Amino acid sequence: MSSEVLELTSTSSTNQSAVELKGSVFTLPILVLNSADLNDIAAELASHLATAMKFFENAPVVIDLKHLNDNSLLLDFSGLLSILAEQKVIAVGVRNGSVELNAQATGAGLAILKGGSLQNILDSNEEKSEKKAAVKEKTQPNEKISPNEPSYRKTKIITQPVRSGSQVYAAGADLIVMAPVSPGAEIIADGNIHVYSTLRGRALAGVRGDTQARIYCQSLEAELLAIAGNFRVFEDGPAKQFQSKPIQVYLDDEQLCIAPLK
Amino acid sequence: MSKIIVVTSGKGGVGKTTTSASFATGLALRGNKTVVIDFDVGLRNLDLIMGCERRVVYDFVNVLNGEAKLKQALIKDKQCDNLFVLPASQTRDKDALTQEGVENILNELKEEFDYIICDSPAGIEKGAIMALYFADEAVIVTNPEVSSVRDSDRILGILSAKSKRAVDGLDPIKEHLVITRYSPSRVEIGEMLSVTDVEELLSIPLLGVIPESESVLSASNAGVPVIHDIESRSGQAYADIVDRFLGEKKPMRFLDVEKKGFLQRIFG
Repeated sequence: MSSEVLELTSTSSTNQSAVELKGSVFTLPILVLNSADLNDIAAELASHLATAMKFFENAPVVIDLKHLNDNSLLLDFSGLLSILAEQKVIAVGVRNGSVELNAQATGAGLAILKGGSLQNILDSNEEKSEKKAAVKEKTQPNEKISPNEPSYRKTKIITQPVRSGSQVYAAGADLIVMAPVSPGAEIIADGNIHVYSTLRGRALAGVRGDTQARIYCQSLEAELLAIAGNFRVFEDGPAKQFQSKPIQVYLDDEQLCIAPLK
Repeated sequence: MSKIIVVTSGKGGVGKTTTSASFATGLALRGNKTVVIDFDVGLRNLDLIMGCERRVVYDFVNVLNGEAKLKQALIKDKQCDNLFVLPASQTRDKDALTQEGVENILNELKEEFDYIICDSPAGIEKGAIMALYFADEAVIVTNPEVSSVRDSDRILGILSAKSKRAVDGLDPIKEHLVITRYSPSRVEIGEMLSVTDVEELLSIPLLGVIPESESVLSASNAGVPVIHDIESRSGQAYADIVDRFLGEKKPMRFLDVEKKGFLQRIFG
């Protein structure tokens, strides 16, 4: 079990892990830049802050770059960060930046937050790299859900068998697998899991705490099932009555329940 | 266009080298210029199965290190003009293999040969990865037995994640299943996994089934790939496999329990 990724609770164990991953929502002020001139920025920022000083002191802000995407205006990120630091404002990320500006931001240690009109370009880049490897050997769920992100995340669809030793993780989304999941394979989702074939390995749904998440499959031969960290191991395999039949798995009062779909 | 085919399994002792030898021989007998390479550095077996162990002067690692030319290391098969063997080193170990070196040798071989068969060692470490890395197609050799199936599944996962085609985002490696050491009578009494069981667990197209046969051991001892033994069921099954690989439609044979006639049962 990849313990650095998830924490599971069995009915009788105590939690003793160094790290927990949780999802959350924060409201962050946006600093919209209309110019790349650091002197202008410094002066105007100071006058804005003078009127609302305490509120913004040590506050995390997101820098909106939509007016700076003309190529001739490359912002001096480190200079900007110094100005903000002087005025006790902490930049945590940028949004609406062009590819070049985003690269600069990443270089300066800022996060790229999704939201706004350049969302489509960022999404298609992500899709291109995902087509290259349908299933990665291991994927790390290190993405946080920010308030600027659209609330709908595309379902991850896998069409090839998930082989023994492989792991698939659908971050912030549902997972659909249209081929068998081998024994020794792991499929993980923040949302629901649908396997339109035989599920033989391990399936973990709702891993960030969604107790409403469900697991569906056409035939259940799984080794382990978990929803929102509540898991059940099937030492002798799931009951014969659940094999070769469409099945759903859901959480009822912290107990994993298995029922036929009809 | 040259094709590189890896014969792999994950599990050891299932019949990779036996299959590599007969598969390569079959292709060569049908007019294709074929070379079979032993990737099991340090534990070489292909030269024994091919019957050329006394003719090994230079090996794969010698060529990799520039100590010999490829032509000096390649051994021409006695039974078939189209077939060549590139043996592994017996004294070095797998660290002698480098990706760049292997790529250079394969590119040189591609200029001369229609088919390049890579006989993989067992396991999922460097030697096995090196054997499958440059493959265009893969033959997965599996015994109808749980641990072999599990290991084959693992190696399939590795093929789709760690091969050059996977890493570079090219068309995936074409996979073929070969089930070896199949015993219909044991399947009938439920002792052994059936062809359907293995197909269902691995989800890759079946290329053929090789029945368990004493002729395989005799062939190894003689240093003649079993496909040359046209009387043996295994030899015929390998011939079927090569035909199917080349596009011919051949029904699966040797899957049913042989019904012995009355006289056969008395006289054996």
